[in-house]
Amino acid sequence: MMDELRELYQEVILDHSKNPRNFRHPEDANHEAHGYNPLCGDTVSVYLKMGHNGLIEDAAFVGKGCAISLASASMMTDIIKGKTEAEAREIFDGFKKLVTGEENDFDAGEDTDRLMMLAGVKEFPMRVKCATLPWHAMTSAMDEKPEVTTE
Amino acid sequence: MNDMTTFDVEKVRRDFPIFSREVHGKPLAFLDSGASAQKPTAVLEAVQRAYAETYANVHRGVHYLSQASTDLYEGARETVRAHLNAASIDEIIFTKNATESINLVAYSYGWTNLKPGDEILLSTLEHHSNIVPWQLIAEKTGAVVKAVPIDAHGEFMMEAYHDMLGPKTKIVAVTHISNAIGTITPVKEIISAAHDAGAVVLIDGSQAAPHMKIDVQDLGADFYVFTGHKVFGPTGIGVLYGREELLEAMPPFLGGGDMVGRVTFEKTTYAKGHSKFEAGTPPIVQAIGLATAIDYINDIGFEKIGAHEQALLAYATEQLGQINSLRIIGQARHKAPIISFTLDGVHPHDIGTIVDRGGVAIRVGHHCAQPLMDHFDVPATARASMALYNNRADIDALVESVKSVQEIFG
Repeated sequence: MMDELRELYQEVILDHSKNPRNFRHPEDANHEAHGYNPLCGDTVSVYLKMGHNGLIEDAAFVGKGCAISLASASMMTDIIKGKTEAEAREIFDGFKKLVTGEENDFDAGEDTDRLMMLAGVKEFPMRVKCATLPWHAMTSAMDEKPEVTTE
Repeated sequence: MNDMTTFDVEKVRRDFPIFSREVHGKPLAFLDSGASAQKPTAVLEAVQRAYAETYANVHRGVHYLSQASTDLYEGARETVRAHLNAASIDEIIFTKNATESINLVAYSYGWTNLKPGDEILLSTLEHHSNIVPWQLIAEKTGAVVKAVPIDAHGEFMMEAYHDMLGPKTKIVAVTHISNAIGTITPVKEIISAAHDAGAVVLIDGSQAAPHMKIDVQDLGADFYVFTGHKVFGPTGIGVLYGREELLEAMPPFLGGGDMVGRVTFEKTTYAKGHSKFEAGTPPIVQAIGLATAIDYINDIGFEKIGAHEQALLAYATEQLGQINSLRIIGQARHKAPIISFTLDGVHPHDIGTIVDRGGVAIRVGHHCAQPLMDHFDVPATARASMALYNNRADIDALVESVKSVQEIFG
């Protein structure tokens, strides 16, 4: 019982959920989207400051959610800061395949190890939406679609 | 050992085949009956027999099986009538579930009788299925939906209710038992006060039906609804009780076969009694299964079921209450065996995932009662809901699993 759970709730995940990074609403954000999971009522608002050439100069979030969604949002905002929009979308594509169990090979360059921490989610299909909600909110923010739900 | 006063929970558990299985290598501790209850062998066999031995459509054939099927289906209606102590079988309508029963009343009674400015009183305790149909009808009619508040313990506030009742109140729709926190509401007083104000009352008995004897005449209910799957019957079957004089004056809800008198393209007349509200082929086998489930619980008796469940509720409340940082949401004086709780620093979804690995099935989330969650200022809770087949070992497994949540979260 405990092995898969320890895999899911690793120290790093718990740390991110208890002390989420970039948990704020930056005033100079120029893109934002509000993600909502109607099944559990969880919310996450993602704020991006996009510069020229699609560079993500700042990324932050505010929300209420479980450890998985908070940790995922915390890591995501850390990772995409300083990357381009195209790079961020590519990481999400790979991450999505990782947590749904579609592909085990996951390569996100220097961010691979960090995101692999969330790979335990694939053993818990009911929780995949928790992990991907902030990422969906991120792409919605880029697409200038202010609302996104998991359903 | 035919002592009529004893209740042997282990014997009851043997009536439910699901309890012979394990989940994640652990004995199943099923504490999610508030979402849907498990089925006894008697119901499974009745469903199997109805398909294997007597199956045909009802109310339309002259052949042997159609008559046999009709007898069983209409027999189920009589079982439900007797169970609720309704005055007539024409007051018992089979629907798909409690949600459809409420929608039927909202659309057929509400749409016909509500005028702009009329008021529909609900309570903060309501399940979304007893909120949304009324909002839809309010939009169409110009009526206004208002919610009677609850106090910090989760009790329905009678004084506020009396203040809110008035000449504009046309419909009161209140739950008998809160699905999310277990509060038992004083429905008899609620109904009598509504009648004094000239309003009709719908009671949502979805959570009450598995736990207590319901006597619609004693309560004075105008409409009473419940669903089959929460009372150990199949899915796809619900019940609407309605007072005959109200039902007679109401237009049909759904149109189709079986609910008509004579159909021409110029004018159609409608069937009388319960048939007016049962368009199309009904949930035949599901109704037969529901009747078997009702017979099953009545054979045991609500007195024994209630005593067992209340003892279990007290045990669970005490055991969970000893866990540090666990907060029980909803502490009404009269509660059904439902405990909603939160753990400091842990989201209910994480609780649900972790206890599941211990074989413990609970519901986590907003329980389709978001206004109630807002009242307690929580986005979600974890909910353990018990039924006649739960025992102390189930509660012990829950307590152990909650402790492992704390271990993991440190």
